[in-house]
Amino acid sequence: MITTTSLLPREHYLNIRYGILSWLLTKDHKRIALLYLISITAFFFLGGLFAVLIRLELATPAGDMLSADTYNRMFTMHGVVMVFFFLIPSIPATLGNFLLPMMIGAKDLAFPKLNLLSWYIFILGGVITLWAVVVGGVDTGWTFYTPYSTAASNTNVVATGVGVFITGFSSILTGLNFIVTIHRMRAPGLTWFRLPLFVWAHYATSLIQILGTPVIAITVLLVALERAFHIGIFDPALGGDPVLFQHLFWFYSHPAVYIMILPSMGVVSEVVACFSRKNVFGYSFVAFSSLAIAVFGFLVWAHHMFVAGMSVYAAMIFSFLSFSVAIPSAVKVFNWTATLYRGAIWLQAPLLFVFGFIGLFTIGGLTGLFLAAAGLDVHVHDTYFVVAHFHYIMVGGAIMGYMAGLHFWWPKMFGRMYPEGWAKFAALVVFVGFNLTFFPQFILGYLGMPRRYYAYPEEFQVLNVMSSAGATILGVGYLIPMVYFLWSLRYGRVAGPNPWSATGLEWTTQSPPLTENFTTTPTVTEGAYEYSKREMKVV
Amino acid sequence: MSNHVAHVHHPALQHQFETLEQQQESATLGMWLFLVTEIMFFGGLFMAYLLYRIWYPQAWAEGSLELDIVLGGVNTAVLIGSSLTMALAVRAAQTGAPRATVAWLLITIALGLTFLVIKGFEYAHKFEMHHVPGPGFQFEGPHARQVEIFLSLYFAMTGLHALHMVIGVGLLSVIAWMAHKRRFSPEWYAPVEMSGLYWHFVDIVWIFLFPLLYLVDRAHHFA
Repeated sequence: MITTTSLLPREHYLNIRYGILSWLLTKDHKRIALLYLISITAFFFLGGLFAVLIRLELATPAGDMLSADTYNRMFTMHGVVMVFFFLIPSIPATLGNFLLPMMIGAKDLAFPKLNLLSWYIFILGGVITLWAVVVGGVDTGWTFYTPYSTAASNTNVVATGVGVFITGFSSILTGLNFIVTIHRMRAPGLTWFRLPLFVWAHYATSLIQILGTPVIAITVLLVALERAFHIGIFDPALGGDPVLFQHLFWFYSHPAVYIMILPSMGVVSEVVACFSRKNVFGYSFVAFSSLAIAVFGFLVWAHHMFVAGMSVYAAMIFSFLSFSVAIPSAVKVFNWTATLYRGAIWLQAPLLFVFGFIGLFTIGGLTGLFLAAAGLDVHVHDTYFVVAHFHYIMVGGAIMGYMAGLHFWWPKMFGRMYPEGWAKFAALVVFVGFNLTFFPQFILGYLGMPRRYYAYPEEFQVLNVMSSAGATILGVGYLIPMVYFLWSLRYGRVAGPNPWSATGLEWTTQSPPLTENFTTTPTVTEGAYEYSKREMKVV
Repeated sequence: MSNHVAHVHHPALQHQFETLEQQQESATLGMWLFLVTEIMFFGGLFMAYLLYRIWYPQAWAEGSLELDIVLGGVNTAVLIGSSLTMALAVRAAQTGAPRATVAWLLITIALGLTFLVIKGFEYAHKFEMHHVPGPGFQFEGPHARQVEIFLSLYFAMTGLHALHMVIGVGLLSVIAWMAHKRRFSPEWYAPVEMSGLYWHFVDIVWIFLFPLLYLVDRAHHFA
């Protein structure tokens, strides 16, 4: 392995100040990233807890463990917590926050106070949502479809809506901060086409955050107003149009999937280049495909509504546009594969997670094409096929990328290595557990099992038991890293500035970095992935 | 870059920036991006407006006639005037005239408050007429339900706009105080300029709201 000094640097961003206030009032992007990391990890386990209850209930065909109403609350809160409080902020708010300024050679984001404010907004929205959960939860599904959410549901729709509304602004502010930072804070010589692809991916993500999130904000606000004052914007009984809600909701919530997956794609590009010791094949194609996904992503929302009553022509157009998203997505997958091809593969845990990403994302993407086909979608609409598809993207894709990134940059963030053997084992467990959980759901959906029911016919039991068993394995797969990451903070081997011998400005500094990141502003003279010029010091 | 070195010790320069120019450019870009999010935010309401105007043209015409075109027209003039005084405040800050900056900002704030007071009278009138959507809503005519949707959107759109006005007045008050304390100079007046951008945006939203809400089918009515 790489020889390093056995001591952490004397001064770094973690030990420069101590005390709770030094964290709660910090303007350092790295500390804010850690605040986010802790918060979203808590939300991840809360969302996971709801998933556990769902899968336990579905282990038997009868509705025997939870009542139907409780089950409705469980899948709703699983979705709300996981989407709005874990997946959306996951990579951008933690790894993005930590790495973006370092990758472009800046001391911090353009607006450090705004960055801290966004965390407080996130926490405020989270607390309100948690309050809604504690006082009885919400049962509308994470989609809040009207008129059920406005006229029928007796649960805490308004409180949850307010929580989601508020949290949205934290996402908007993060996106805004990133775009300004990427435009205005790059180090001398760091041209757009020398930027790491992680930065390109975050630029595209940020565009979606600032263009899409306000629309869900106003939509949720209208739902709350309609519930509170019985105005008839979405309620057909009052002359309103529930399909308008669906349009507005999916105008954000489809692109939101790209908020989750694009940062993961950025991680994959970095990891693939580093562990195959090659320049990313077709750099500019990969960079522009991120932007293409962001743009196309805004034009496909109505494929969620093929059965909601739309004209055949509209369905055809949205179907076609949805297929077209496959092009930039496939560009990425092919280019990563081409990068790996004949590379000097160094099979470390981050790369294992990335392999998981590429395989699962490909399956999730291809089954997305099934759903984009307006005819086939009618057959599998609102079945477990859809559930399996989006979990392949959001868990198999987004979280795999998140795990890869956490492992890859963990030594940078804390100066110590995670235990490699355990990490490889965890990657394997997650991959096996994930597929056992969600692959049977494709079959269940194709056979006609609808989503969001707490009981099902007996012939579906075998596949459901497989899925529940897989979820257990998956849960263990996520708990193992939790344990060894915490262990490594104290007992991990000291990593040194660049344990992977990776390119990128973030690896030119000490680990953990100084508060100011760099002692002098770096000057960039070459592209992001000049691995061919780099001597590999691995034994 | 050598001419930037002189700015390094400027008290307004934040640590993450190299130069004051970089800081000012960042602030301006950030503000423009924020305004983009605002457009998308209002956009959801405009979408709803568009849909129901196509669905219920008759109710839109009837509902629009319930709005007070005189008060609405006066408010439009007040707001456009406030955009002028805001622009003059930015100009004064740019040319290093702090007293004029404060004066123009105070006039802008006064015009903003005038707008809000007039809006308040309009709302009060709607309450008296039972034209506020909800259980107490009353309206004579065959399209009462649809007129209620029109008025729901009226309250949502103008209410959200008024909220932005309130925030704007608060923002300008802070800026006026800072200008009074001589915090700005020709090298550093980004907060004044950005508040100006925000104020003009809120003005422009009203420029769209006024015809869309007050002027539906008016010409036909007068003819």
